[in-house]
Amino acid sequence: MMELVCPAGTPAAYREAVRAGADAVYCGFRGETNARNFPGLNFSPDELGEAIAFGHAHGVKTFVAINTYMRTGAEALWHDAIDDAVRLGADALILADFALMAWAAQHHPQQRLHVSVQASASNPDAIRFLVDLCGARRVVLPRILTIQDIAALAPQVPCELEVFAFGGLCVMAEGRCSLSSYATGRSPNMDGVCSPASHVRYRDDGEALVSELGDFTINRFGRDEPAGYPTLCKGRFRLGGDPAYAFEDPVSLDAVDHVDELAAAGIVALKIEGRQRGRAYVATVVSTLKAALAAPREERAAILARLQSVSEGQKTTSGAYRKAWR
Amino acid sequence: MSGRRPSIVLGPVYYLWNGDEWRDFHFRIADEAPVDAVTIGEAVCSKRLHFIEPHLDAVVDRLVRAGKEVRLASLAAVTLERESRLTRRLAEGATLPVEANDLSALGLVSGRPHVIGPLVNCYNAATARLLAARGAIAICLPPELPFAAIAPLLREAPEVRFELFAFGRVPLAISARCAHARSRGLVKDNCRFVCGEDPDGLLVETLDDQAFLALNGVQTLSWTCHVLVEELAAAIGAGIAAVRLSPQRCDMVAVARAYDDLLAGRADPAETLARLRALYPEVPFANGFLHGEPGARWIDRPLPAA
Repeated sequence: MMELVCPAGTPAAYREAVRAGADAVYCGFRGETNARNFPGLNFSPDELGEAIAFGHAHGVKTFVAINTYMRTGAEALWHDAIDDAVRLGADALILADFALMAWAAQHHPQQRLHVSVQASASNPDAIRFLVDLCGARRVVLPRILTIQDIAALAPQVPCELEVFAFGGLCVMAEGRCSLSSYATGRSPNMDGVCSPASHVRYRDDGEALVSELGDFTINRFGRDEPAGYPTLCKGRFRLGGDPAYAFEDPVSLDAVDHVDELAAAGIVALKIEGRQRGRAYVATVVSTLKAALAAPREERAAILARLQSVSEGQKTTSGAYRKAWR
Repeated sequence: MSGRRPSIVLGPVYYLWNGDEWRDFHFRIADEAPVDAVTIGEAVCSKRLHFIEPHLDAVVDRLVRAGKEVRLASLAAVTLERESRLTRRLAEGATLPVEANDLSALGLVSGRPHVIGPLVNCYNAATARLLAARGAIAICLPPELPFAAIAPLLREAPEVRFELFAFGRVPLAISARCAHARSRGLVKDNCRFVCGEDPDGLLVETLDDQAFLALNGVQTLSWTCHVLVEELAAAIGAGIAAVRLSPQRCDMVAVARAYDDLLAGRADPAETLARLRALYPEVPFANGFLHGEPGARWIDRPLPAA
């Protein structure tokens, strides 16, 4: 069965994920070394050490995401994160910066390395390049491939493949998007944030509730509409005509209907997005997906219905996995 | 302008122009523009390749005869088998340096002289040195990188030739989904090449009427034109070897001349900026990225000391 890789933004969420049946949990250190650098989230080295030990006691692996791009002159921040994660017993490091991958391979040749989705390795030659560079054992594929693309790719690469199956959906190729820094000055690659809350403002202009990111209006909500978070690529804009979700509706990813096809295509692990989510969310999603994966296909829909409570009526999509999404 | 005189590079045309226009644009660049190097080829969408393919040889020939260094752009997003094959053919067959725009091209040209385009993530000196050791002869830095990060990078990798994205709409994102086709109720597979109707990008406006982004097929660019002029003296002082101009639907020969005059000391920054504004009047300018501010902003102050 495919490995279920679950998010943890806090030690409490980590323990929930383990109890709920995660095969592996991924998390990161506080600060700019990981791509979920949000206030109040992430782990100190001590907390990570305790989490890894708790995971190992329950047969659960820990993957440590150190997946932003280094700043010249501050490389020690990223190198220390790697040294700490290795010392604390991380089962794998999730990296995006090629120079950091090469450094990790040189200084910790025994350490298992995974290529982050933020590296945007979307084809066999790109993956071979990274495997040659650092001996990566697994690549997390960007959310721009169809299942057919994945099935064609898998037999050509000398490593394992992991994909996102549930949670937030990046519309753009990950690790190659500067939309957030265009509006706010803060980017996923450099700062580990996208559309950061520090730059979000809601304002009532009398006619509508307006959501803004930096200097720009991302959406306007009528009185009868629920107001969503202004993630830039899920905003409503005008392209000559009527207001429309230019890039993507405010939807989240749910590829659970496609798990058999993903397994047949050669995927070894499914990832749940959501390190910014609370422990209750993590517990519900992990336990439900774990049960659904173990159940026969025809029973899955009934099990997955439990997730409607966590997606709060939000629409879901299987995203790029279906060709028609393009 | 003091310091070593940097060269001028013209980047690839990101938009879908019809084949004849694309050819004539490059012929005129070859004949008239004071640029040292030109990158040609389709970087954005593999579906468009047939528009320029019939003209590639003639354009390469004209540019080479004009003494320009010519580079061939690889695709920025390679997901299909067909795109992988195209990238391999480009990398293996090229007698000219390839400008790598994704990791597959980067792997395939390793060990041979090549250029790193602005869509490959080179954020620090360690990455630059790694790329140079594998054959990169020039690296165009990511446009979102602020000068505060560029200056130490240049100091730590003095052996590498770095290019600075200095003029043009900034390529901000690329997707598997074609938002341009979606805007017409189409999808990528039946797109009817609607992106060709917007040869300088399709305006994405906010619901409060702010001009925000530009769609170009699967690519999203800034609506503003990124323009670095006042900042160049500091950037060159820090070690930038070339400025890159990205083709827009304006007189790019005149844009190249404006930069040439600036770099040669025949024009000052204020005069250069006024010339550029007159050449591309319909689009607001921005330079926030280099200043560590939101990329959409125009910052009217010198760069902070690095």
